[in-house]
Amino acid sequence: MSFDHDDVLAIAAGWLDQGHKVAIATVVTTWGSSPRPAGSRLAVDATGRIVGSVSGGCIEGAVVRRALEVIADGEPCTMEFGIADEDAWAVGLACGGRVSLFVEAITP
Amino acid sequence: MKRTLLDRLLAARAAHEPVALVTDLSMGQHALVYRETAAGDFGLVDEDLAAVRAMLSADETGLLRPELFVQANNPPLRLILVGAVHIAQALVPLALSTGYQVTIIDPRGSFATAERFPGVTLLTDWPDEAMAAVQPDHRTAVVTLTHDPKLDDPALAAAVASPAFYIGALGSRGTHAKRLARLAEEGVGEAALQRIHGPVGLNIGAKTQSEIAVSILAEIVAVRRGTRP
Repeated sequence: MSFDHDDVLAIAAGWLDQGHKVAIATVVTTWGSSPRPAGSRLAVDATGRIVGSVSGGCIEGAVVRRALEVIADGEPCTMEFGIADEDAWAVGLACGGRVSLFVEAITP
Repeated sequence: MKRTLLDRLLAARAAHEPVALVTDLSMGQHALVYRETAAGDFGLVDEDLAAVRAMLSADETGLLRPELFVQANNPPLRLILVGAVHIAQALVPLALSTGYQVTIIDPRGSFATAERFPGVTLLTDWPDEAMAAVQPDHRTAVVTLTHDPKLDDPALAAAVASPAFYIGALGSRGTHAKRLARLAEEGVGEAALQRIHGPVGLNIGAKTQSEIAVSILAEIVAVRRGTRP
């Protein structure tokens, strides 16, 4: 993937420079019609600012909540979303795709 | 991810240097794999380094193994057009939608206007100066479109001295032969001249401006994907 015009990592570095803690969520794998390819990123800071995207907007809320927990406890984690699970419609991908993510904090 | 590693990754991007970010998902650790070197939290065996570099070269992002995630970071694909002419107007939207950043060089200010070319970087310097400024790299294609030796020749001389992956020149077979003779007289070597695709574009019987644009972009894609020399 080429560099994003709107560079999520550069903006995240700017937040770190301002003294905020930051977590990054990255799309690792996709199946079916997931809207954002592997390598797509979302950055979150401890004040709740976000930049970038990992879906068409369907799962961002859940990802941001998890990212804030990762900022708090420092432990990276993986997440999966999709419609394989009926309940996933609640916070899932209505497009019918599935996606797995890696969420991690930027550490000093 | 450690801040120091993030800063190294951003520095590579700013320098237009290809680098793969390799993440061990089970450990939460990262390595940076450049074309020649590597750095980061963990080392990779030679076999994995070669596989990561192959993915970087193919601009592939994905899992090398279930726990090893590779993200290719490459400079943007760029298309440099010399001549803000009618064919450029047809070629620009095709190139943009194929993922190329487009720069047009034309010192004739009435041609290179933002109204004619939205979404494009316009340079009105002379081609030799403009080419020195844009610095074509191995992800850059250069195509001359003016037919005017004053504009095309210095751009082509600069292009063949760069690592640009594709160089094309619009003009008939006869025009191209004369062009090569002029460049040879200027001291451009035979191997460098061989890099210029002329007449530009795949032979698909293109007649209209749009069809010629398709044939040019098709040849650029074919060279980049390795199905044409």
